[in-house]
Amino acid sequence: MLGFQLLNGLTFAALLFVVASGFTLVFGLLRIVNLAHGALYLLGGYVAYEVGGRSGSFAAGVVAAMVAVALAGLALDRGLLRFVKGQDLRQVLLTVGVGLVLNDLFLVIWGGDAFTVPTPEALQGAAVVMGVFYPKYRLFVLLAGVAIFVLLWLVMNRTRYGALIRAGVDDAEMLSATGVDQGRLFVITFMLGSALAGLGGAMGGAFLSLYPGADAEILVFSLAVVIIGGRGSLEGAAIGALLIGLLNTFGQVWFPELSYFVVFGPMALLLAFRPYGLFGRAA
Amino acid sequence: MKRRIVLATLAAPAMLRAQGTSGPIKIGLMAPLTGVAASGGREIVEGFQMYFETINGRIGGRAVEVTVEDDASNPDTALQKARRLVEQGNVHFLFGNLLANTGLAVANYVRGTGTPYFIPVIAADDLTQRSRLPNVVRVAGYSASQFSRPLADWAYKQGFRRIATISQDYTFGHEQCGGFAQKFTSLGGRVLQQFWHPLNTSDFSPYMGQLANAGVDAIFAMETGADATRLIQAYASFGLKGRIPLMGAMNASDQSVIRTMGAEAEGIVSAAHFAEGSTNAITQAFVADYDRRFQKLPSLYGFSHFSGAMWVAEALKTIGADAENRERLLAAVRATTLTGSPLGAPVSLDAYGNPVYDAFIRRVVRRPDGKLWNAPIETYPRVDQFWGFEPEAYMRQPAYSRAFQGPR
Repeated sequence: MLGFQLLNGLTFAALLFVVASGFTLVFGLLRIVNLAHGALYLLGGYVAYEVGGRSGSFAAGVVAAMVAVALAGLALDRGLLRFVKGQDLRQVLLTVGVGLVLNDLFLVIWGGDAFTVPTPEALQGAAVVMGVFYPKYRLFVLLAGVAIFVLLWLVMNRTRYGALIRAGVDDAEMLSATGVDQGRLFVITFMLGSALAGLGGAMGGAFLSLYPGADAEILVFSLAVVIIGGRGSLEGAAIGALLIGLLNTFGQVWFPELSYFVVFGPMALLLAFRPYGLFGRAA
Repeated sequence: MKRRIVLATLAAPAMLRAQGTSGPIKIGLMAPLTGVAASGGREIVEGFQMYFETINGRIGGRAVEVTVEDDASNPDTALQKARRLVEQGNVHFLFGNLLANTGLAVANYVRGTGTPYFIPVIAADDLTQRSRLPNVVRVAGYSASQFSRPLADWAYKQGFRRIATISQDYTFGHEQCGGFAQKFTSLGGRVLQQFWHPLNTSDFSPYMGQLANAGVDAIFAMETGADATRLIQAYASFGLKGRIPLMGAMNASDQSVIRTMGAEAEGIVSAAHFAEGSTNAITQAFVADYDRRFQKLPSLYGFSHFSGAMWVAEALKTIGADAENRERLLAAVRATTLTGSPLGAPVSLDAYGNPVYDAFIRRVVRRPDGKLWNAPIETYPRVDQFWGFEPEAYMRQPAYSRAFQGPR
C-alpha cells in the first residue's frame, strides 16, 4: 500500500515538474511571474486532444502541443509583455488577464465538458509493479518526467545556452554588459518555458482531463513548486515537485479533510525560514 | 473573485422575443454562462428555449418573452441579476440557476418579493423541506437525496451488503450520500467507509488504492463535472472496473460527463427521474430532436429545463395565461400533473413543492452508433423526496452533513 501511494505521489510529481520547470525558467531569467502559464498548459492539452484525436497519434499530439504553445508564448512575449518590460506589477496583471481571456476562449471553442487526450494502445491498461496493479500511462509519465529532467539538466549545465541562462538568472546586468544578445535569449527561453507548459498539458490532459478551470488548479501547484524550489532553479523545481506530489498524495490518504492544508501548510512554514526557497538566492 | 469583474461585463443578456404585440408573458431565466458551471448553464438555456420554440413562443394566445441573464456561477451575481430581472425587467416569474449557492441566494431574495421562482436543477434538500417557501417550486427537479434511496434499495437487492462512498465534500454530496447511507443501513447493509474530497481534486489515485482495499461489494460515487470524469477514469485505469461495481449519483453518469468518455464509463449504474435511453416514444422524440438541434444528447440541465418550462406553460394554460396573478399561477403549477413530457410517466408535486416520480435505475450502455447513454433497467414507482419516511418525522432529524448520514 505504501509503495502504491509512493508511485501515485511520484507520477503526479513528474507532471508537476514538467509544468513547473517551464514556469521557473521564465520566472528565473525574465523575472516574469507568468500567471498565464496554467492557461498555456490547458491550451497544450486541447491542441494535443485535437491533433492526437484526428491523427490517431499521441506523439503527433504532443509535438503539436509543444509547437503551438511555444508560438503562443512567442506571441504573448512579443505582442504584449514587451510593452511592460521591467514593470513587475503590470506584468502580473497582464498575464492574469491573458489567462482569463484564454480560458473564456477555450469555453467558447471546446465548451465546458471535460475532455481526455487519447493515449496509444500500448500505454492503456495496468502493469504489475512491485506486486500491485498500476496504470501503464502513469508509469510513462514518471519516466517522461525523469527524462525531461535529465535533458533540461544537460542543456542547462553542458551547453552555451544553458550557461547564458544561468548567468542571466544570477546577474542579468553583468550578462548584458558582456555583449550577449539578451533579447534573443529571453525570447528563446520564453518559448521553451511555454513549450514545457504545452508538453505538460498534453501529458496531464490524458489523466487529469481538460476543462475550463483546470488551468488554475495546475497553476497553484506549479506556483507552490517554484516557491519551494526557488526561483530559476531546475533542481529546486524537481525537489519542489517531489515534495508537493508526495504531500498531496499522502495528505489525501492520511488527512483527507486537510488535504489542501497538508500541501500548502509546509510551504508557508518553509518560506518563514527560507524566503527564497530551497535553492533560490536573492536577486 | 477576480473573474467576476471581467466576466460580468461580457455577459450581455441574450433575448428571445416571440412575435406578439401586447402584453407578453415575461420570464427571467438565470443560468451560469460563465464560471465553473458554464457548460451546464448553456444547456439550461438550450433546453429552456427549445421548449418555447416547439410551442412557437406562445402560451394560451400570449407571446412569451424570455430574458436570459448570466449568474456567472456566483451567488452575488445571481442575486444582482434576480433583482434586475424583477425590479427593472418586471418579469412575471424567475427560472433557473444551477449551483445550490446561487439558487439559495435567489430564493432568499424572492422570500421578500414573493416572485414565483422555479428551480428545475437546484437540488438542496431543505428548499422543499425544512426551509421551504410557498413561491419556490422545484418543477421537473429533484431533491438531492431523493434518488439515492431507491438506488440503495436496488443495491441491497443485488446482494451488496458492504459499501464505500466517495463524494465531493459539500452539501450536495453530503445529501446524496446521506440518502443512500440511511436507506442502505436501514435495510441492514453497512457503509464501511466514506471518502470526502475537495471539489476539483486533480489526482484521484490516492483514493483508488483505499477503495480497492476497503473490502466492499460496491462503491457509490457522488461526483459532478470534471471530478466525475477523473474518478471514472481512475476507477478503470487502476483496475477496479470489473472487480468492484460502481454506482453513481445521477450527475456522475450524466450526459454532461459521459458524452466525452469511452468504454471506461460503460456499466455504471445510477438512479434518476430521466433516462435518455428509455424506450418511451416521447422521450425518444425529445432526445432525437435535441441531438438534431445541438449535436449532443440532452444532459440533466437540458431535459430539466425543457420539462420545467413545459410544466409552467401547461399550468398557465389552465388559468388563461394569467401570469400576473402570482397566487393563481402558483396554485395552478401545484395542481398540474405533467403528462407527455420527456420524463415519461405523469409527474405531480407533493405537498412541499417537490415532484413525485417514477424513478429509473439506469445503466450506461453503448448505442448502436457508438454513443453512450443511460438505459433504464428497473423502475421504482412513485418515489417522493421522503420515500419510505414519514415527512414530519423525517424533517425532525437534522439535515444531512458529513457528520450526519442517518442515525447510527
